[in-house]
Amino acid sequence: MEIVLAIVIGVLYGAGVYMILRRSLFKLILGLSLLGHASNLVIFTVGRLTRNAPPLIPEGAYTLAAPYSDPLPQALILTAIVIGFGVQAFAIVLIKRAHRITRVDDFDVLSTQQV
Amino acid sequence: MDLLLVLPIVIPFGTAIVCLLLWDRVVWQQVITLAGMAGLLVTGMVLLATISEDGVQATQMGGWPAPFGITLVADLFSAIMVLITGGMGFLVILYSLSSMDRPRERFGYYPLFSIMLMGVCGAFLTGDIFNLYVWFEVLLISSFVLLALGGESAQLASSIQYVTINLLSSTIFLLAAGMLYAITGTLNMADLHQQIPAVEQQGIVLALAMMLLVAFGIKAAIFPLFFWLPVSYHTPPISVSAIFAALLTKVGVYALIRIFTLIFVQGMDGVHQLILVIAALTMITGVFGAVAQYDLRSLLAFHIVSQIGYMLMGLGLFSSLALAGAIYFMVHNIVAKANLFLISGVVNRLRHTYDLKKLGGLYRTQPALGMLFLVPALSLAGLPPLSGFWGKLMLIRAGLEAKDYLIVAAALFVSLWTLYSMIKIWNEAFLKEQPEGAASLAPDPDVEQRSIWFMLVPVIALTAITIVLGLAAEPVFHLMQRAAEQLLDPSEYLGAVLGS
Repeated sequence: MEIVLAIVIGVLYGAGVYMILRRSLFKLILGLSLLGHASNLVIFTVGRLTRNAPPLIPEGAYTLAAPYSDPLPQALILTAIVIGFGVQAFAIVLIKRAHRITRVDDFDVLSTQQV
Repeated sequence: MDLLLVLPIVIPFGTAIVCLLLWDRVVWQQVITLAGMAGLLVTGMVLLATISEDGVQATQMGGWPAPFGITLVADLFSAIMVLITGGMGFLVILYSLSSMDRPRERFGYYPLFSIMLMGVCGAFLTGDIFNLYVWFEVLLISSFVLLALGGESAQLASSIQYVTINLLSSTIFLLAAGMLYAITGTLNMADLHQQIPAVEQQGIVLALAMMLLVAFGIKAAIFPLFFWLPVSYHTPPISVSAIFAALLTKVGVYALIRIFTLIFVQGMDGVHQLILVIAALTMITGVFGAVAQYDLRSLLAFHIVSQIGYMLMGLGLFSSLALAGAIYFMVHNIVAKANLFLISGVVNRLRHTYDLKKLGGLYRTQPALGMLFLVPALSLAGLPPLSGFWGKLMLIRAGLEAKDYLIVAAALFVSLWTLYSMIKIWNEAFLKEQPEGAASLAPDPDVEQRSIWFMLVPVIALTAITIVLGLAAEPVFHLMQRAAEQLLDPSEYLGAVLGS
């Protein structure tokens, strides 16, 4: 399972970097979002994958029994996803606004226009 | 006691909420934000006094003992930074009262400003690396909006670069935080300090240190990751530029100093050498960039980069004197740099341009403003007895003690060029004859009718602080020295967070 996830992460990073290096503003957003997903998956994977082992303390015990899946990486990912959504929403609005004002989707044109 | 650590976060948050409720009443927002910033300033003073008396303070959120819960912790370094944040927030808001234009005020300038300061204070106070990421995001997203607010096309193009590069750095930061958790099983910075030496593969630790160096380095605008700063910092209104220049890059520097004194301590000699090289290159490229500029704000923006180099130099030398010098230099730089930005705003108010080629003759009509400019400008260049001199003196002495003569030479060389670029502003804006046709530049109708005094009071106050920091160097130096010793010997910090 780790192998599959590692390949998926690699593909996501590759695609994300490729998209960011394009000059199109729209692809920039897609690229950023792919990179965010790739990072979340990395945290998920390094947090060790375990199945059928919820982190629940059995009745009468005080600590977790040995095979349990760590909930913290998932909490981190959840927070990161929420933050990522917020920032992506902002980036989309920003780029839509830039497009409406300048009518270009090419970053080089946009950044040289102002100079 | 717990309250004192929470207040620097709760006050700006509360201010922002009340401002959002009073969305249509800009005057009320102004009053409330000003009051909130004054509260933050007072809290900062009380916090610094308490920590100076009683030592490092920590509190656990939600009653979970560290390392499980989220810790808020303040040592002298954090307290100094919170105090200066409150001070800058108050003065910049005062300045905004007469310099911010109405449309931006109506679209939430004041609540955004408060939220950004909440993020800054949170980043200074948190003792948990993931929480640090969250506070970074809080301050970043409000800074994104502040930068783009107004929607001029120059602003939009620069915002896109700023947003992209900061999202990339956040991704790297998140990744490093997640992997730190994977190898140590903790996110608490004090606990990480204890767990990191026990990690078997120190190579991974070094790799994570490098990832965090890149992530914070982008935010701190170090060489070669600084290019986003000069393209973005000169586009928004001057009070936004001023607060960005004062605080945002310094949060990056703060995070670098914190992780390299608390988390990554052992086996980092090569990293310190690397940081010194980066510091020298940052200073030199920044100042050469500045020398080439003819727009007042771009010139000052490049200067921010150059000055970051000095702070890194303190971290790279890594002795108690060097760290004390770095902290002193940060305080001095926040005050002097913000002041120069605010003065350039006053110049723009008087002449309606930032272009040095179109300015001129200001000293003849406004000699007092000329004097107000000279103090932070000379301080930045490092002339005694102003604050910049003492900061540089401490750093250079630390460099000589460590026998790192190259970095000392770079620091002195860059000082000369800083002086040159300040003299350039002085000559072009204040001394030379006013060029023909410059008076016909149109004023900004939204701002013009308001009193200029709210702009001058913060400038005068910051100038006074620069002079006082220079004249009272002795007691300030002792405070910085104690802060540096706390950084180098974190036993008190660990005791406060983890309980002994």
